[in-house]
Amino acid sequence: MSWEPVIGLEVHVQLATRSKIFSGASTAFGAEPNAQACAVDLGLPGVLPVLNEDVVRMAIKFGLAIGAEINLDSIFDRKNYFYPDLPKGYQISQFQTPVVGRGSITVHLDDGTTREVGITRAHLEEDAGKSVHDMFPGQTGIDLNRTGTPLLEVVSEPDLRTAAEAAAYFRQMHTLVRYLKICDGNLAEGSMRCDANVSVRPAGSNDLGERTEIKNINSFRFVERAINFEIERHIDVLESGGTIERETRQYDPDRDETRPMRGKEESEDYRYFPDPDLLPLSIDQAFVDAIAADMPELPEARRSRYREAGLSDYDAGWLADDPDVATYFDAVLVQSGDAKQSANWVMGELAAHLNKAETDISAAPVTPDQLSQLIARVVDGTLSSKTAKTLFEALWQQEGEVDALIDSLGLAQMSDSGELERIVDEVLAANPGQLEELKSGKDKLLGFFVGQVMKATQGKANPQQVNELIRAKL
Amino acid sequence: MERHATLAELRRALDNGDLSAIELTRDYLTRIADDSTNAFINVDEEGALAAAAAADERLASGDGTPLTGLPLAHKDIFCTRGLATTCGSRMLENFVAPYDATVVARLKDAGVVNLGKTNMDEFAMGSSNENSYFGAVANPWRESHVPGGSSGGSAAAVAAGLTPAATGTDTGGSIRQPASFCGITGLKPTYGRVSRYGMVAFASSLDQGGPMAHNAEDVALLVSAMAGFDRRDSTSAEREDTPCSNGIPATPEKLRIGLPREYYHNLDIAAELDAVRASLENLGHTFVDVNLPHTEAAVPTYYVIAGAEASTNLSRFDGVRFGHRCENPESLEDLYDRSRSEGFGEEVKRRILTGTYALSVGYFDAYYLQAQKIRRLIANDFASAFEDVDVLLAPTAPGPAFERGALTKDPVAMYQQDIFTVPVSLAGLPALSMPCGFVDGLPVGAQLVAAPFQEELILGVARDYQNVTDWHTRTPEAAQ
Repeated sequence: MSWEPVIGLEVHVQLATRSKIFSGASTAFGAEPNAQACAVDLGLPGVLPVLNEDVVRMAIKFGLAIGAEINLDSIFDRKNYFYPDLPKGYQISQFQTPVVGRGSITVHLDDGTTREVGITRAHLEEDAGKSVHDMFPGQTGIDLNRTGTPLLEVVSEPDLRTAAEAAAYFRQMHTLVRYLKICDGNLAEGSMRCDANVSVRPAGSNDLGERTEIKNINSFRFVERAINFEIERHIDVLESGGTIERETRQYDPDRDETRPMRGKEESEDYRYFPDPDLLPLSIDQAFVDAIAADMPELPEARRSRYREAGLSDYDAGWLADDPDVATYFDAVLVQSGDAKQSANWVMGELAAHLNKAETDISAAPVTPDQLSQLIARVVDGTLSSKTAKTLFEALWQQEGEVDALIDSLGLAQMSDSGELERIVDEVLAANPGQLEELKSGKDKLLGFFVGQVMKATQGKANPQQVNELIRAKL
Repeated sequence: MERHATLAELRRALDNGDLSAIELTRDYLTRIADDSTNAFINVDEEGALAAAAAADERLASGDGTPLTGLPLAHKDIFCTRGLATTCGSRMLENFVAPYDATVVARLKDAGVVNLGKTNMDEFAMGSSNENSYFGAVANPWRESHVPGGSSGGSAAAVAAGLTPAATGTDTGGSIRQPASFCGITGLKPTYGRVSRYGMVAFASSLDQGGPMAHNAEDVALLVSAMAGFDRRDSTSAEREDTPCSNGIPATPEKLRIGLPREYYHNLDIAAELDAVRASLENLGHTFVDVNLPHTEAAVPTYYVIAGAEASTNLSRFDGVRFGHRCENPESLEDLYDRSRSEGFGEEVKRRILTGTYALSVGYFDAYYLQAQKIRRLIANDFASAFEDVDVLLAPTAPGPAFERGALTKDPVAMYQQDIFTVPVSLAGLPALSMPCGFVDGLPVGAQLVAAPFQEELILGVARDYQNVTDWHTRTPEAAQ
């Protein structure tokens, strides 16, 4: 029998506000434990939550970007459970009425196809603190710095069918929230995490199998691996006549497996009810309209724009996926006016250098300004592809104007055709055997002669021009 | 100074230079030292004298407010920076907040001298002040009797002349009922009028702080300083007006006053309420009967909602970060179980249990949701009544103070003490209790209720009533 996996993701997006969702404490990452937990975060008696307006703005921005309905009236509920890193004994979340309703997102798959993934809802909630188990032998430390950090929990429909699709969806979400500037996208610091709901069913069936939930996955690679493991596990259990228990599992990347966290028998009753400390969240349509009027260009629009400029699907996607890359590329494109050259340089030489130096594109030593001037000099024939690379390397290593460096490094192509012709003659004369073969029709040797001329000119000749000169001599 | 001097009288004495704030404060501290009612949990002698010295300086330099130098005591539910806030519980026996409640801060800014923290039912849960970890409070009128609750310490302290005024909180009657039992005047403002920031939460959608004093004028003076929008409390009302910012305005003539028929059955204080009616008729007001048909459902509705909210508000007391923590916990479960079992008293546990039950899967719709629907019906009852009348006159409690221990075995009978106060709380309305006579030698109170934010109206009626009666000037000493 063949099986069809059914997958849905809950992505927790940490919103990039300066202060917390219900208090004025800072959300900056990496402070001393408990240095960023104020009386509200600590849940001291008598203190009260006050909603951070920026959080609402960001949630609406996200909602508009996925074409979702914005609920002008939504409610904050208390989710009650005891845990040492949950100071109040409840988490403030949106249960019944989330601020963002149904929407969808377009996911681009590696094979070039796209898939529309439904988003059920996105709601606001506060993060809990952290339990630290490895700091004090035999004891658990509590760090409440993360307590009250704003989260947008984005719940997808069970529309995903493979682990690769799920990973692509997670990536697409990462791209989108970074475009919207509502999340720094730093997975290593936990700025985005996801829970995956996985089930399998016989291919062709419309029923859903029992599902399990893999908690807290924080990398694109692990999403794919964890889900693949879980799909295989489900199929193994079902094919050997067993049944899947609804449970929560965690993924262990070291052993590449998922393990149960807590089972159904311990399933908790969170006793959700509206938080009486917060009034229902009422949003004016004008507030939404103002956000809509100020939306940045979204990833899909950018992709289309790049395709219309003549780039391939692959290149358009590669450049549009990361907003910093796209911003850099746009700056180069505006000045150079040559989409293909700009894409080649950004995706080629620049990407390779950034990769090697482990540098972020926003900190690239070669500015979009310099790169577009370099491209202009390639287009007008001043630079050959070889000297252009030399120039790029020079720009990467040192300060300087593009034209000044071309001069000082002597990188300009030979524009004097008389001198070039003399060199061509010399090269032909120096290799009589090869010349005879070329003349007798061995066209492959054309490349040899062009190479020899380029070598003699230290790369400054225009290979096209050399080619033409040699042909003329035959 | 006369033992039961009002704030207005003390103000005149301070302004005339008859005595200093320091002298006044010393006087009250001496009386508190001789207190036999157990009205205080914590007396802040040092802080009070320092505040009095600062008040004297402020008065001398001429930048005092109408409250500068006047003593007051805070119910021990209001957080006070650097001074323990116990909420009447073992759980918070050693808790010192690093912040002042907004009410405390506002009164402090006005120059009020805080004498200390008054006793109360644990986490404000109770109607007799018998549920305090720090011991029951005696009614100054008869020490074998309860002062009412939960603001029993505040009411007893004012009645015993240990402070001229005190703050209280009222969730289902906790200002009004003890005011009635102790023969003083107490106001529960409209929900949202007074910030809840720094007030240890019992039931967030009902809790409201307010003043307790000898008469309506003093209560008005205090509420004008306590009330006002506070951005730290999302449920505080964003309004321009502050009640009684220029004293109590003149009462409109010929008010229509409603008598809720459902409240006038089997009362021990029917004759006293008739007399109030007669006095107010003499002042030109007219009376009509009104109906509040959902009154019967109010007490169970209240105990479901208040319990539900309390059950989660009190989850933070888990022995992890502050408050009582059991000795040598063996596991996380053990830490929770024993810290909470040891830290909370019986009534608090009862309400956490019933509240948790009401919110649980399978019971939520039948209890919590149903209670919210009835709450809306009760609020609608009042709204319809106020289409017809300006003010309601009702009993505050069914009778006078009862003997200590009389109702402790029967929680439901105890809950019935709140039958006339909880409907008003569920509707979020302003209400006050004012002394209106004696039954069996103990004071009883009449309750005035108004539409939202109409505090000035009921304070005006109470002031006018107190101008033509003297119940509010009676003292326990004179009675003995």
